[in-house]
Amino acid sequence: MRPFTYERADGLAELARRALQTGQGQVDAEVQFLAGGTSLIDLMKLDVLRPRSLVDITPLAAEHGTVELRPDGLRIGALASMASVAVHPGVVEQYPAIAESLRLAASAQLRNMATIGGNLLQRTRCPYFRDPSWTACNKRLPGSGCAALDGINRNHAVLGVDTSCIAQYPGDLGVVLAALDAQVELAGPRGARRVPFSTLHRPPGGQPHVETTLLPGELITEVAVPAGAWTRRSLYLKIRDRASYEFAIASAAVALDLDGETVRSVRLGIGGMAYRPWRAAEAEAALTGKPLTEANAEAAAEIALRDAVTNGHNAYKPELGRRTLVRALLQARAM
Amino acid sequence: MSGTLNRREVLSGSVLGVAAAGLGGAALGAAGPDAVAATPAAAAQGSPARAEIVLRVNGRDRLLAIDPRTTLLDALREHMALTGSKKGCDHGQCGACTVHVDGRRVLSCLTLAVAVQGKAVTTIEGLSAGDRLHPMQQAFIAHDAFQCGYCTPGQIMSAVACVHEGHAGSPAEIREYMSGNLCRCAAYPNIVAAIEDARNQMERS
Ligand SMILES: Cc1cc2nc3c(=O)[nH]c(=O)nc-3n(C[C@H](O)[C@H](O)[C@H](O)COP(=O)(O)OP(=O)(O)OC[C@H]3O[C@@H](n4cnc5c(N)ncnc54)[C@H](O)[C@@H]3O)c2cc1C
Ligand code: SF4
Ligand code: FES
Ligand code: FES
Repeated sequence: MRPFTYERADGLAELARRALQTGQGQVDAEVQFLAGGTSLIDLMKLDVLRPRSLVDITPLAAEHGTVELRPDGLRIGALASMASVAVHPGVVEQYPAIAESLRLAASAQLRNMATIGGNLLQRTRCPYFRDPSWTACNKRLPGSGCAALDGINRNHAVLGVDTSCIAQYPGDLGVVLAALDAQVELAGPRGARRVPFSTLHRPPGGQPHVETTLLPGELITEVAVPAGAWTRRSLYLKIRDRASYEFAIASAAVALDLDGETVRSVRLGIGGMAYRPWRAAEAEAALTGKPLTEANAEAAAEIALRDAVTNGHNAYKPELGRRTLVRALLQARAM
Repeated sequence: MSGTLNRREVLSGSVLGVAAAGLGGAALGAAGPDAVAATPAAAAQGSPARAEIVLRVNGRDRLLAIDPRTTLLDALREHMALTGSKKGCDHGQCGACTVHVDGRRVLSCLTLAVAVQGKAVTTIEGLSAGDRLHPMQQAFIAHDAFQCGYCTPGQIMSAVACVHEGHAGSPAEIREYMSGNLCRCAAYPNIVAAIEDARNQMERS
């Protein structure tokens, strides 16, 4: 690990004023906020992230680490631990997909350490990204190419990719937040602002080293999930290579509002195979107003994976994605 | 001079520093967070800047002068001679380094030592009451819940927290909530049995 200075954040206002050079996901950003450290310290040990300075934001947890259930929706402080949100009774009861996506992520130890903000900003597990001895990785070394395109790419993404990068977004919670129209509250040098979660992560766009739309020095302070008739009947289905303590190879977030058998409203997220937290909006439109039958679920899944691009070892993903989505829809119907 | 020291020598130098502080019997109060900043100029030049920190481990305050890069795991093992916590992967993937911070199980390999000042750290060495083993330790022996023993301290620390969290209700639940602790010897069935047994004893007492 390279040398760095360590300091604790004093408060939001002070942090914001300093306009820290935290970049937008670039591996060579000079400053990194330290939350749980479970993604950051790991990647610093691997010499992928190389900050000169760490600013520990966990002291902000007192103000930005709680969960609040309001009539208009759910507010989750960015410094709340994954573990605390996963067992929050209001989240479990009214936003079960959120609780489920956290409960099924990582391990109990990691969930105690890791925060909601850090979880959303965790880096890809692409092995060529994580090992600097590989010289071709556009995310690490802009313009160097992508070793995964014709490398071992069984776990790489098929949705939202281009030829500059096919890395998979590994997080679970993000998939649910994409489906539930979440917003993130940000604080930074230019003040506070609130943006749709769906705009936080950028598409690769030939520049996969720029990962987020955060401004330099900007922090996530809160996640806001709007209330809706569909949140109670929501679930997160995670498919993995082993039963627990593993990232998804496919996942689906479903939130459903039914009128009898008919879909009044549905929200769909897809994980384990997309470049960023993925919302299947066209598939939602195809289901709305129709009875939720297996055939209609299959038709919607077909639409959701229609634009998938495979690169060899990950050719199995579109079919797995369709089946995962269909199963999740039928399970949500039975809730 | 320090320019010719390699990292290992620098680290062992700080062990002496700790020992000296211990022998001197310096009374250490709770150090405020501000006492902890590393020397920015030195770190920027790439030389190992030291941070003076106080770690509360197993109920005792210890003064350490460490490089801010030091993980809690390395601080325990290399600077305090507490080698019970094990380094398996050093990347959050195996659970061998599990300790408790403020009563919650965490991975010491992904925790910076400078970040846990003012918090209570408990390691496997701090679990027994003198010579009386914790019920979980006793149950691991009774159920032969290990072979090589390398994962065992992490398993036990994790298992104690698992019971306290209320996540040891059934074998299935134990398996799920202990999945962050890998055992290369695959002692899993006996580990689950030990945890069920210890859970019953812990709930009785
Ligand atoms: C073995 C293993 C298995 C895992 N399995 C899963 C899994 O199955 N599912 C899953 O979803 N995740 C999984 N993870 C990832 C884990 O959940 C993330 O590492 C964790 O959530 C990151 O949170 P953190 O608080 O530790 O972030 P940190 O590591 O502290 O930070 C990550 C990044 O986010 C930035 N950051 C953090 N908080 C903020 C903020 N509030 N505002 C702005 N920037 C911020 C940091 O500067 C850094 O760049 C796994 C990790 C490991 C090591
Ligand atoms: S998929 Fe992306 S992260 Fe992985 S090697 Fe290619 S450019 Fe790098
Ligand atoms: S050594 Fe910490 S998890 Fe493996
Ligand atoms: S007893 Fe050998 S690794 Fe678990």
